[in-house]
Amino acid sequence: MPTAPSDTLTGLLAISPTALTVAPNWFTTRSNAAWTEFQTLPLPGLKDENWRYSNAKKIELADHAPAKAPTAEQSKAALSATEGLKERAARFVFVNDTLIESDTSSIPAGVVCVSFAEALNTHADVLQQHFMKADQALGSGKFAALHLAHVKAGTVIIVPKNVVIEKPVEIFHWVVGDHAAIFPHTLVVTGDNSQVSVVDHYRSLVGEGGLSLAIADLVGGSGSKITYAACQELADDAQALHLSSITAGRDASVKSFQVQLGASFSRSESVSDLVGQGARSDMLSVSLPIGDQIVDQRTLQRHKAPHATSDLLYKNALYGQSRSIFSGLIIVDEGAHYTDAYQTCRNLLNSNEAEATSLPGLEINADQVKCSHGATSGPISDEELFYLKARGISDSESRKLIIEGFLAGVVERFGNSELLDSLVARINEKLERAV
Amino acid sequence: MVTAPDNDISDIKVDNIGDFTFPERNKFDSGFGITSKTVDYISDVKDDPDWVREFRHKALKIFQDKPMPTHWATKDLENIHFDEFRYYLSDGQKPKRSWDDVPEDIKKTFDRLGIPEQERKFLSGVEAQYDSEAAYSNIKAAVAEQGVIFVNSSEGLKEHPEIFKKWFGKVIPTGDNKFSALNSAVFSGGSFIYVPPGVKVKHPLQAYFRINSEQFGQFERTLIICDEGSEVMYMEGCTAPKFETATLHSAVVELVALKGAKIQYVTVQNWSSNVFNLVTKRGIAMEDAEVRWIDCNIGSRLTMKYPGVIMKGKRARGEVISIALANSGQHQDTGAKMVHAADDTTSNVISKSISIGQGRSTYRGLVHIPKHLKGCKNNTECDALLINSNSHTDTYPAISVRGNQHSTQHEASVSQVSADQIFYLMQRGLSEAEAMSLSVNGFINDLVKEFPMEYSVELKRLIDLEMEDSVG
Repeated sequence: MPTAPSDTLTGLLAISPTALTVAPNWFTTRSNAAWTEFQTLPLPGLKDENWRYSNAKKIELADHAPAKAPTAEQSKAALSATEGLKERAARFVFVNDTLIESDTSSIPAGVVCVSFAEALNTHADVLQQHFMKADQALGSGKFAALHLAHVKAGTVIIVPKNVVIEKPVEIFHWVVGDHAAIFPHTLVVTGDNSQVSVVDHYRSLVGEGGLSLAIADLVGGSGSKITYAACQELADDAQALHLSSITAGRDASVKSFQVQLGASFSRSESVSDLVGQGARSDMLSVSLPIGDQIVDQRTLQRHKAPHATSDLLYKNALYGQSRSIFSGLIIVDEGAHYTDAYQTCRNLLNSNEAEATSLPGLEINADQVKCSHGATSGPISDEELFYLKARGISDSESRKLIIEGFLAGVVERFGNSELLDSLVARINEKLERAV
Repeated sequence: MVTAPDNDISDIKVDNIGDFTFPERNKFDSGFGITSKTVDYISDVKDDPDWVREFRHKALKIFQDKPMPTHWATKDLENIHFDEFRYYLSDGQKPKRSWDDVPEDIKKTFDRLGIPEQERKFLSGVEAQYDSEAAYSNIKAAVAEQGVIFVNSSEGLKEHPEIFKKWFGKVIPTGDNKFSALNSAVFSGGSFIYVPPGVKVKHPLQAYFRINSEQFGQFERTLIICDEGSEVMYMEGCTAPKFETATLHSAVVELVALKGAKIQYVTVQNWSSNVFNLVTKRGIAMEDAEVRWIDCNIGSRLTMKYPGVIMKGKRARGEVISIALANSGQHQDTGAKMVHAADDTTSNVISKSISIGQGRSTYRGLVHIPKHLKGCKNNTECDALLINSNSHTDTYPAISVRGNQHSTQHEASVSQVSADQIFYLMQRGLSEAEAMSLSVNGFINDLVKEFPMEYSVELKRLIDLEMEDSVG
C-alpha cells in the first residue's frame, strides 16, 4: 500500500502516480510497490560513491510534477517540430508521455514494435521477463523506482530470430509545460541472429524546462546486433536522467550511444552486462556542455562470461563554467577469462572555468585479461591549431573544426550517415552558441 | 606494566628465514585499548610538553568521532578491533650514540635483514628503531657538521620546538582521516630531520622500523624539513617477525620542501602478513621544490597508503613511484594524491602492481587541478600484472581539472605474463618459477632502478622469494 504523502512534500515527492487504465495485475502490483520503494529509499547522499563529484539534489523532484496530457495545439506543434530520419523503419512521437503518432508501416512482419501501453496488454510475457529486471548498480535506485511508479509511455521492440531490420526505429519524446516530468521507457529484445537499430530523442517543445527520467533496457539474444542511441536535447533549464542497461548474450553485439546536448543537469547511467561468450558491447558518448551545464556520466562494463569484449569511448568538449564528471568501471568477474575491456574518456577544455573530472576504474578478478583505460583532460593542442592556422584558417574557425572533428569521430562509429549528419549539424549549432 | 627479565641471545628462536622473534624487554606498557588515560600515560612516560599533551587529547576525540571509511575502502577494516592493541611500548633505553652500544640482539636482527656490516658503515646515518623508541641512532659526523638535525621525533619536539612546532601537523592535519587522528593521539618514535639552507646531504639517511611485540601497534611520526635549496634522501624499510594476531601500524609522515629544496622518501614495506598498515604520507613543495615518494609494498595483510604532494609554489614538482606486490591473503591498496595549488606545477605518478595467488592490489589516485591556475601537468600510469587466474586488481583514479591551460593524462593497463615468454625462458633451462620471477622482475625493472642500490638488490631478492610458491 502506498503511504500517504506528508504535507511538507511537494511535486514528484508527493503526487501519487496515476495508474494506466488497462494494465495487467502484475504490472500494477509492481508499480505500486515501486511507489512505496521510492518513498522509502533515501536520496543518495554526498558520501555515496556513485554520486561522487555530483549531487542527486540537482534532479529537483519537488519542483516537478507528472506532465499533463498535451493540448491539440501542443501535439500539432510537436509533430511539425519532429524532423526525423527519412530512412526509417518506424517512428513514434510522444508528447508528455502521450502517444500522438506511430508509423510502423515499414516494420517487417513478425516484429513487435508497439507503444509500451499496448505491449503491456499484448506481450505481457516478454515484459514480465525483461521489464526493469536490471539492478540499479550505479546509484539511481530511487529514481528508477519513481520511473517504474509513473511509467506509461515508451516503446517495446521485440525482434524474432533471424529477422534483420536495416533502418532505425526512431522515437521522439517531447516534454512541454512548466515543471513537467516525463518517464519514457524503451525495451528492446532481440532473438537469435536478429538485428535492430533504435534512436530515442528527448526534447523540449518550446524553450521550457522539464524533467525526463528515462530508462532503456536492451536485451541482445545470441548472435544478434543492436544499435541504440539516446539523444538528449532538452531545453537549457531542464534536467535529464537516462538509465540504460544492456545484456549481451552469446556472440551478441550491442552498440549504445549517448548524446548529451541539453539540460542544465544531465546524468546518464549505462550498464553493460556481457553474459555470453563472444559478446561485445560498444559504449559511446559525446557531450558539449556550455554555460553552467553539468554532464554526469556513470558507466559499468560487467564481464560475466569469458571471451567477451567491451569498448567504451566518451568524449566531452567543455565551454563556459560547465562541468563534466565521468565515472566508469570495468568489472571482470571470476572466470571471465580472455576478456578484452577498454575504456577511454577524453575531455577538451575550452575555457578557463570549465571543469572535467574523470574517475576511470578497473576491477579485475580473472586471468588472461586485456584491459586498459585512459583518461585525458586538456586544451586543444597548439600543434593542431598551428597546422590549421598555417593554412589560413582563423583561430576561432580552427578551434571549431577541431572540436567538430573531435566529437564527430565518436558519432561516426554509430554507423548511420543520416543520423551522423543531423547530429553534426546540431553539434555545430551548439558550438556557434558556445563560442 | 610488564617487565620481562633480560634474556640472552640464546633465547632467540629462529624457525626459518624471516620468521624470528626476540624476547621482549618492555619497561613501559600502556596496556590494551585506547582511552584518554592511555594518552595521558603516553604523555607522562614521554614527558611531553603541555602543547603536545593537548594535541594528543584533541586528536583522540577526532579519532573516536570519525567513522571508518568503509563507504569506499575495504570492509576488512572492520576486522580491526582497537581494544585489542597496545598503544605504547618502549624498552626505555635512551637513543644510542655509537654502534658498540647497540644491543647485540638488535644487531642480530639487522644481520637477518641481510645488511652486511660493511654496508651499514657505508650508509651514513643509521637510525634503527626497536619498538617505539630509537634504539640506535648514529649520525655521521659529516652530516652533523653540516648542521643537519637527525633525531627521533620526541627529541625533535623537545630540543627544536621552534622548527618542529611550525610544521608539525600542518601538512597532514589531525582530522585528515581516522588513522592520522589515531596516530596524532598516540604517536611515539619516528624521525625528525631538518636540513639547513643549501645543504645537500650526500648519503641517504636511513631508519629501520621493527615491530617486535605481539599485538602491538606502531605509530611513528616523521617530519622532514628541507630548507631553501637543500636536498635529502630518506630511506625507510620495515620487516616484522611473524605473529599470530593482527598488528596495527599507522604512521604519519610529513615532508616540507621549502623553496628549491628536494626531498626523496624511499620506503620498502615488508610487514608480516597479519599487519594492518594504514599510513598517511604527504609532502608540501614550495616554489621550485620537489618531493618524490618512492614506495614499495610487499608485506602486510592490508596496506592503505596514498602518498601525496601538495604543490604550493610555482614550478613545484611532485612524483610518486610505487611498486606493490600482493600475495594470497594480502591487499595492497596504494596510490597517489597530487594536489596542484600553483601555476606551472607538474606531477608524475607511475604505479606497478603484481597480484599473486589470491592477492588483491588496488590503485587509488587523486589528481586535483583547481581553477585560476595555468600550466599544470599531470601524468599517471598504472600497470597491473596478474600472475594466477584467481588474482585480483583494481584501479580507481579520480582526476579533476579546471581550466584550459592544463594537461592531464591517465593510463592504466592490466596484463599477464605471456605464456610465450615463459615457454621461451623454460626452453633455455629455467624452471617455471625462475622464468616467472625473471618476467616479474622485468615488469618492474625500470621502477626498481629508482631505488638506491641496496634496496633494489633487496627488492629483487624479495620478489624471487614471493614467486617461489606462486607457480605450479
